[in-house]
Amino acid sequence: MDFLLSHILTVLIFFPLVSVGVLLFVDKNNEGLLRNLSTILSLVEFLISVLLFIYFKPGTYQFQFVERYSWISSFGASYFLGIDGVSLFLIILATLLTTLSLLSSYRYIKEHVKEFVILMLILETFMIGTFASLDVLLFYLFWEFMLIPMYFIIGMWGTGRRVYAAVKFVLYTLSGSLIMLFGLIYIFILHFDQTGNFTLNIVKLYNTRIPLGLQILLFIALFLGFSIKVPVFPFHTWLPDAHTEAPTAGSVILAGVLLKFGVYGFFRFGIPLLPEASIILAPVIIVIGVIGVLYGAFVSIVQKDLKRLVAFSSVSHMGFIMLGLFAMSAISIDGSILQLINHGITTGALFLFVGMLYERAHSRQIADFGGIARKAPILASLFMISVLASIGLPGLNGFIGEFLILIGAFKNYMILTIFATSGVIFAAVYLLWMFQRVMFQEITNPALENFEDMNLREIITIMPLILLMVFIGFYPVPFLDRIDPTVVHFLSQLNRHAFTLGTAAKIKGMSNA
Amino acid sequence: MDLKSVITWLIPLFPLTGWVLWGLLGRYIKDLTGHLASAFVGVSFILSLVLFYIVSNSHGFTATLYPWIYAGRLGVNVSAVIDRLSMVMLVMVTGVGGLIHVYSIGYMKGDKGYARYFSFLNLFVFSMIMLIISNNLLLLYVFWEAVGFCSYILIGHWYHKKSASDAAKKAFIVNRIGDFGFSVGIFLLFLTTRTINYESVFKIIPALPSITVTAIALLLFAGAVGKSAQFPLHVWLPDAMEGPTPVSALIHAATMVTAGVYMIARLHVIFSYSPVASMFVLFIGTLTAFLAAFIAASQFDIKRIIAYSTISQLGYMFMAVGIGSYTAGIFHLISHAVFKGLLFLTAGSVMHAMAGELDLRKMGGMYPKMKITALTFIVGALALSGIPPFSGFFSKDAILADVFSRGFYLSWIIGELTALLTAFYIFRLIFRVFFGQSNVDPKLHVHESPAVMTYPMVILSLAAILIGFLGMPPFDHSVFYNFLNVDFKNAAIFAPFVNNASWVILSLISVLMGLLGILAAYILYIRKSVSPERVKRAIGPIYSLSYHKVYFDEIYDFLIVRTVLGLSTFFWRIIDDAIIDGAVNGIAAGFAFFSVKVKRIQNGMLMSYALTFAIGVIALLFYYFIR
Amino acid sequence: MPLNDYLIVAGVLFTIGVAGVLLRRNLIVVYMSLEIMFNAVNLGFVAVSNYLNLVDGVIFVIFIMVVAAAEAAIALGISIALFRVKGTIDIDSFDELKL
Repeated sequence: MDFLLSHILTVLIFFPLVSVGVLLFVDKNNEGLLRNLSTILSLVEFLISVLLFIYFKPGTYQFQFVERYSWISSFGASYFLGIDGVSLFLIILATLLTTLSLLSSYRYIKEHVKEFVILMLILETFMIGTFASLDVLLFYLFWEFMLIPMYFIIGMWGTGRRVYAAVKFVLYTLSGSLIMLFGLIYIFILHFDQTGNFTLNIVKLYNTRIPLGLQILLFIALFLGFSIKVPVFPFHTWLPDAHTEAPTAGSVILAGVLLKFGVYGFFRFGIPLLPEASIILAPVIIVIGVIGVLYGAFVSIVQKDLKRLVAFSSVSHMGFIMLGLFAMSAISIDGSILQLINHGITTGALFLFVGMLYERAHSRQIADFGGIARKAPILASLFMISVLASIGLPGLNGFIGEFLILIGAFKNYMILTIFATSGVIFAAVYLLWMFQRVMFQEITNPALENFEDMNLREIITIMPLILLMVFIGFYPVPFLDRIDPTVVHFLSQLNRHAFTLGTAAKIKGMSNA
Repeated sequence: MDLKSVITWLIPLFPLTGWVLWGLLGRYIKDLTGHLASAFVGVSFILSLVLFYIVSNSHGFTATLYPWIYAGRLGVNVSAVIDRLSMVMLVMVTGVGGLIHVYSIGYMKGDKGYARYFSFLNLFVFSMIMLIISNNLLLLYVFWEAVGFCSYILIGHWYHKKSASDAAKKAFIVNRIGDFGFSVGIFLLFLTTRTINYESVFKIIPALPSITVTAIALLLFAGAVGKSAQFPLHVWLPDAMEGPTPVSALIHAATMVTAGVYMIARLHVIFSYSPVASMFVLFIGTLTAFLAAFIAASQFDIKRIIAYSTISQLGYMFMAVGIGSYTAGIFHLISHAVFKGLLFLTAGSVMHAMAGELDLRKMGGMYPKMKITALTFIVGALALSGIPPFSGFFSKDAILADVFSRGFYLSWIIGELTALLTAFYIFRLIFRVFFGQSNVDPKLHVHESPAVMTYPMVILSLAAILIGFLGMPPFDHSVFYNFLNVDFKNAAIFAPFVNNASWVILSLISVLMGLLGILAAYILYIRKSVSPERVKRAIGPIYSLSYHKVYFDEIYDFLIVRTVLGLSTFFWRIIDDAIIDGAVNGIAAGFAFFSVKVKRIQNGMLMSYALTFAIGVIALLFYYFIR
Repeated sequence: MPLNDYLIVAGVLFTIGVAGVLLRRNLIVVYMSLEIMFNAVNLGFVAVSNYLNLVDGVIFVIFIMVVAAAEAAIALGISIALFRVKGTIDIDSFDELKL
């Protein structure tokens, strides 16, 4: 147990790869075994990640479960892992959603099952690796590796214009990432010039002193990499295509985990590495974020395709998260981080439901549905809970996050926050209208006459997410307890760095809010 | 936790458990669901009475359950405030709620969604209880939206009807618009006071600049306007009548829609420190009271008439809290809950007999066939019209007398006119439904409702007769006033205002107005000495304004719905597809274009590759030697 | 013989090889021309090595010859495989490798 705990991050990263090794020996025609075995292995992985939560010490900002080995010492790269209150939950989210997506694919994925489960597990390795890395090179490698399995998942098991969507996804994010890599290397070299040491250790790189003009240029480079991943308006157009054409499992992972990397990148790299530039550019990013909130909501209203609607709603929700992060008050950043988790849970659930509808009706067009509530009451009730969580109904998780973001951001960005708050109205408009057209009224499409309700496997897939929605809504303290110290430390570091700029007073005002 | 706290938390616990139980087990226990759900609310009612007794003999208290949100400097607990105000509300909600549960057993019999109905009715009662007892604005907001959600589900109970699901959606969205203001109000309050607990807020408010308090109060009031269906956000309530009638009685008459009034009474410190905001509340209340009564006078759908009547009566309550006589506002809230709940239940009984028919042109002469319904309806109508000794007389008069004494004469005149209209429209309804010649479809077998429905009606009508005496004029010497008014002692402006000599005259005028309205309805619909058609022609444009509900729905559809849809389509098709994605795909197409040009070089011929290679080498050598 | 003469011969041989590669169509002849170019280079190496009294050039030549032998085996194998597919070894008929 001690060994496991001291190497738990390594175990978490490489267990899925070991699982792949096991799965390679299974006959590719034995689909049942492949599905069950991969689900069980990913469940084991999830249970290991729960250990993280149990043994994580709340109330401290220090990195925990740290592992550090020399790797390429000639330019200071090391195998350096560790998590804080933010990456803790994102890792658990990734393992949970991977298990659930595998479980949800039993009916959806009919061909090349072996390849599919192997790619999903490889993807899991890369996702966890990205969240756990504290070394820039290690982070970047995992970050780019993630694209490869996702490319195949969209391209091979997707629908419609899946190759277009996959290529667009990869090229879009890759072009951003390369500019980001350039920025990271530049900082690495600056740090060498100042200290004479090669290091890729992110905590040490935080101390690099960079003149303001250069900081702004570097921030723009990093911004492109991260904001495409988020995605921030106007870099979002890969998202509707990728979400829509991907198979259910792909959409769940894409929306639930991959989108989180953008915000995580800002939190771990962008803002701490370039504090002054972040503070100066924060109002601009907040404006973009608020535009994203309203724009995503408006475009969602008129969508005809269920998945596209959920995809655009993600643009809107991620706008809230950017607003909270760059408002730079403790409450709003707490809210943003919590909302990252919430968005993963809620949107993941929404995509799972859309997948179930698609498996039954072979359509995603809203117009093809109607009257399903009578045929499938369980599906309707659980779908409704997810929709309400996404709307931000109090008592469910979305509300807590959105409320913290807005109340925290209100002090420094009053007008913009009011605009963002109005996005909550539009969320009700597009989601409830969609729900009415899909679930309520009479059945008009004869293809729906034999619509089945959810089976046991589907209920098991969804229930963890539903329970989390309710739990976070009523008792977010276990989450906030772990996030808050990290965020407070983050802000105090920002404050310290900003001192040189004379913006200290401004930051102090912010962190008090 | 001490005994008081345990009782406090047991009150909401029962309906909450009920929601879960009926939701999960409803399909197995079937018809028992209604009885069990009623029993659960009944237990809450008894516990409320016990707590009421405890509180009225001692002081109020706060009961904390668990810490809820702690982030940065924000700390919120799930915590209850138990004082006289919340106890009065609690007894009313569980009492009326329990009766309506019992009534629903008969009304909803045989419905496909029987268990779902009771499950959400229980959830509603839970949410309403929590709304009343929450001790901070955030918790209030949570259950403020939760009751809205229950209302959404219950309005859309017959979701297969497009009109019902449309109405449910409309109710939710219009409420969201109000809640948008409400939430911004909470942000502003937190920003200026650094807390959202009532007690701490109330300590800081008097020290704040008046403009800030006004802004906070007005923003919070936006939420009340949405929830309590005041002008201009009243449009959802008439449509909400698509829901089952007991739901209309409970949610859209007795409890949820009065949450706005309760909120202002609860936050009386904030509102009373902003005279501007209070004036605005009075203005909106007066306007709504009149407009809704004006619209109700020409409608033909019996439930919609009562719905507009609810809007109008809520206007009276806002007038009361606007001028600072919070006790009178709450008194009218309670008495209105009783008689309006009664009116809806009796209307439901009529519908039950008429197989769901709502158009009063297809009714008439039903009195002999359903005497209990008719008599209880008349009790409710007399209470609504403000005829003594029914409860509406005491409560409405308490408000109008206060308005007069504060010197808001215009509001008072409009209030009296509204009283006239009120009596007119409700007796127009009675005369056309229960008396006169019958226009009932002869195929229908009109019959009295079962006892499980009539008993609640009888109990409520007894309450409607008796409850008024708690507020025996002069109001500021009455039992109710003395009991409740201590809770409002921190307000900046503070009742009583009534000049004791004038209340007799004022009451006489009000009663006269009510009688005049009844007389007008009598002349038009029973004596028929003046034909309604002639009146209609004489006041042509005014009549059509009333008949078309002042064109609110049309205006909103044109101004808001179309604009939003148009803008959305523009964003999607033009900005997203054409401009942004056009740019993205344009870059890709640009690369493709040039690569088509360049790819000719790669022709697969070994010779040409070798030649290019050789030329390259020669060029390099040439460059090397020339340099 | 002075170094220059060796280098001139090597240059001539190399040019002949280049011309052969560029002008002939027969895969075998192209391959032989390629070998002539190799040998031209070898000749240059040996000559310079002798001139400078160093063994480095000779070592290079031996390397090149070994590699060329291995490469010859592969090249001839490919030629035979191509002949089986196409029935000819005219290199203009092998132009599949293009967009």
